[in-house]
Amino acid sequence: MNLRRDVFQAIADPTRRAILILVASQSMTAGAIASNFETARPTVSKHLQILTECELLQQQQNGREVYYQINAKKMKEVSDFIEPFRNMWDDRFNKLEVIMKNYKPEF
Amino acid sequence: MERKTKVDAESGKQEIVITREFDLPLELLFKAYVEPDIVAQWMGTKVLKLENWKHGSYQFETSDPKGNVVFRANGTIPEFIPNQKITRTFEMENTPFAVQLEFLEFEKLTDHSSKLTMQIIYKSVELRDQMLKLPFAQGLNMAHNRLQEVVNKLK
Repeated sequence: MNLRRDVFQAIADPTRRAILILVASQSMTAGAIASNFETARPTVSKHLQILTECELLQQQQNGREVYYQINAKKMKEVSDFIEPFRNMWDDRFNKLEVIMKNYKPEF
Repeated sequence: MERKTKVDAESGKQEIVITREFDLPLELLFKAYVEPDIVAQWMGTKVLKLENWKHGSYQFETSDPKGNVVFRANGTIPEFIPNQKITRTFEMENTPFAVQLEFLEFEKLTDHSSKLTMQIIYKSVELRDQMLKLPFAQGLNMAHNRLQEVVNKLK
C-alpha cells in the first residue's frame, strides 16, 4: 500500500504532472526535461527521482545519455484506483434505474 | 456491459464529477432522490431523516447484518429545486474526514431519459484522493477478509 500511496502523492504535484505530460509524447534526457521548467535543475532532478522511484517513469541508457520514458503499465494502475469508486456508483445507479422502472405511483 | 457512469477526477483538483444517463423520465429520476423509501433501497442505507426543502437536512445510517451501526452520515440542503437541482453537504459521522459539498443537477434528455451530474467538492486535494481510493481500499480489505476466512477453514 505504501508504494501505491506514493504514486498518488507523486501525481499530486503540478510540476511532476507536467513532467509526465511532457515525457508522454517522447522519451527525453533530464537536461531536455529541465529546459522546459524555470525551476532549478536539481529540483527537476528530484522530481525525476520521485517519479522513477514510484515507477511512473523508466530510465533508459542510450550511450552516455539517460533517457526518461513513461511507464504505461504503472500509469494505467493509477487510473485503476478510480475503478472501484466508479463501480460503487455504477452499482447504485443501476439499482436506482431498476427500482424506478418498476415504480408504480400509489393512488 | 456499457459503462453508463462516468467519473472525472482530474489530478490535483479538489473535486470529482460523476455523470450518469438514465433510461428514466426526469421526474422519476428525481423521485428516487426525494422518497425516503426509495433512497433507502438503492443507497442500501436506512434513511433516518430527509427534509427536501431549502435549509432542510438529512441523516443516513447503515448497519451490518448483526445490527451494529457501521456508518452514519448527515448533511444540510442549502438548495432544493424540484426536478432540477439539489445542493447538499455530506459528512460522515465519527470520521476525521471533513464535510464535502455536493451539487446535484438533474436534466431532461428526452421524455424517457434523463441525466444526473454530481459535482463533489472536498476540503483538499489530499482528501479528494483519499475518498476516491476508499472503495479501492475497502475492496482490498474485503478480499483480505475473504482470504482470511478461507485460511481459517483450512486450519
